[in-house]
Amino acid sequence: MTAKPLLTMRGVETWYGSILALKGVDIDVAEGEIVALIGANGAGKSTLMMTLCGSPRARRGAIVFDGRDITNLPTHEIARAGIAQSPEGRRIFARMSVRENLQMGASVLRGAHFARDIERVFAIFPRLKERASQRGGTLSGGEQQMLAIARALMSRPRLLLLDEPSLGLAPLVVKLIFETIRELNKSEGLTVFLVEQNAFHALKLAGRAYVLVNGAVTMTGTGRELLARPEVRAAYLEGGH
Amino acid sequence: MAGNPQVNPQGYPHAIRAAFWDAARAGAAAAILAFPILALRAYQNGRGELVLRERWHWMAIAAGVVFLARFAYHARGNFGAARAAAPAARGLPALPGALKPWLAGLTVGFLFAFPLLALWLLGPQASLKWISTFGIDILIYVMLGWGLNIVVGLAGLLDLGYVAFYAVGAYAYALLSTKFGFSFWICLPLAGILAAFWGILLGLPVLRLRGDYLAIVTLAFGEIIRVVLVNWGDFSNGPAGIISIPYVTFFGIPFVDADNGFAARFGLEFLPIHRTIFLFYLILCLALLTNWVALRLRRLPIGRAWEALREDEIACRSLGIDTVSTKLTAFALGAMFAGFAGAFFAVKQHFINPDSFRFIESASILAIVVLGGMGSQTGVALAAVAMVGGTEMLRELDFLKQIFGREFDPAQYRMLIFGLAMVLMMIWKPRGFISARTPSIFLKEKRAISASHVKEGHG
Repeated sequence: MTAKPLLTMRGVETWYGSILALKGVDIDVAEGEIVALIGANGAGKSTLMMTLCGSPRARRGAIVFDGRDITNLPTHEIARAGIAQSPEGRRIFARMSVRENLQMGASVLRGAHFARDIERVFAIFPRLKERASQRGGTLSGGEQQMLAIARALMSRPRLLLLDEPSLGLAPLVVKLIFETIRELNKSEGLTVFLVEQNAFHALKLAGRAYVLVNGAVTMTGTGRELLARPEVRAAYLEGGH
Repeated sequence: MAGNPQVNPQGYPHAIRAAFWDAARAGAAAAILAFPILALRAYQNGRGELVLRERWHWMAIAAGVVFLARFAYHARGNFGAARAAAPAARGLPALPGALKPWLAGLTVGFLFAFPLLALWLLGPQASLKWISTFGIDILIYVMLGWGLNIVVGLAGLLDLGYVAFYAVGAYAYALLSTKFGFSFWICLPLAGILAAFWGILLGLPVLRLRGDYLAIVTLAFGEIIRVVLVNWGDFSNGPAGIISIPYVTFFGIPFVDADNGFAARFGLEFLPIHRTIFLFYLILCLALLTNWVALRLRRLPIGRAWEALREDEIACRSLGIDTVSTKLTAFALGAMFAGFAGAFFAVKQHFINPDSFRFIESASILAIVVLGGMGSQTGVALAAVAMVGGTEMLRELDFLKQIFGREFDPAQYRMLIFGLAMVLMMIWKPRGFISARTPSIFLKEKRAISASHVKEGHG
């Protein structure tokens, strides 16, 4: 890896009360990379994503973003440092219009270059432009996912976190979303760290990937390498994909 | 019902029978409940003895009314099915397009003309009641409703102790003016600042709480303030309250029958009602200020952050919004307006004691906000008129006395009637009078968001 490291997690431990959910995880994301984290239900994928955002907090270990220790920053400060998240289950503001949702995403920048940024995300997701004054709650699942990603992009993040972007979406829509992520990465050099259950799509998209089992990283390699491994195929890919 | 074309002719008599029995059950329950409340009444006779009087006809009336209402409810449900094909109109009937932009201006214009109109039409004696009870009292609640609307309607924080800040404002003026001789115009901003300070003080420890838990803590806070006021005699003079609070002045000119009084200075004949009219304009301006600030804030980033916070706190935090300070500003601003209203209340009443700041006040203000449709300014104003004006109207209904006897006082039943009104509201308009939400930013035209798409707040 020659590129500059953007995000480094070293020996991160997260506890829920007396239960150890992450058992000392090491993760590296370099600038301009797409990194995927795959794993079964309950492996700790979402916990890892949430720990990155400071809720719950890592009890041990260090999280360094762009040379700055963010392990103990408050959640909103982490977001302001340049990490934007499209959270699991999308969590868009259902009663607010698409435009207002995007405005909330830009609140970190306090409205600077809002007009340019909104045109940019409308260019990426033309569907959102058609629905600009519609309420978030009336969008379809795929459109809501687009909105969640667009909202995250509005803060001009250095690192985009995607938590299960394919959750509950039709295969065609999943394809569209993943193509958009690839395109963003290629054209703008956006660094992406995504968590997915849909291992096949995630591994095809990602330059590198980690496999999380019971709160510990068991395998790592390029997406292609992991796709070829029999144990990965057996555990995450057999049956359906 | 024979001859009435029905979709299901066999089901219909059956439905009537079911409705009858259900109504009968409800009527029986009402009779049982009414027995100790209405049927038996203890009173003192001339020799001071306690005598039990039986009033079976009252119990019968209560049971009968419940029976008929329940039956009518079922009937409506069945006929309603036939009407379901027609699209149900939601929200207020649409006003003619040309009239709408004028409506707010017309209302404000009418409000400014109202006291002079009343004085001119009814004379100084009869108009006092209209300006004071129907004008000032309603406007106080409109203002309190708008203030609480920031906390509950916009930020989605269920506050059951709002009256505490009203008390802080009232006592701030009462104490500062009687002990230090501060004038009302200095105390008004101070009362607001003090109330906002207490809002932050309450906000800090309860920030982690949500929904029911927040409601419980705010409820307790409201009671703590009142109990302290009752028991800390040295500070607040306890249950006796504070008397002889200075009257309001016209920016320094007192409303008295003297050479330096308001009437003499402006070449008018002295009338006591001048002060009342001035108070009316004062509370009108304070209420309009509250409304203006709330409407402005909704369009600013902080207002949108409140609404986003009501929708999804976790999403807010992941977008870099500082939820702590966002909640605190909502609490502090809501409290500040309650503080203004409290200072006004003290100057208007001339006397305050802790009894004016009971939980029932918090509940009434919250009822106004919920009844009006959370987040809607117009709805809250309408609800305040209905709740406060409605209570006063009850006192006027003399014909009820002819039915129920001379000692009948309809105003004593107002809580019962409000309870009933609330239940009916929850059935037919669960989101309040005006439940549509207008987007705060829009492309070409402002389009209201239909009520059926608007979810109730999660608290």
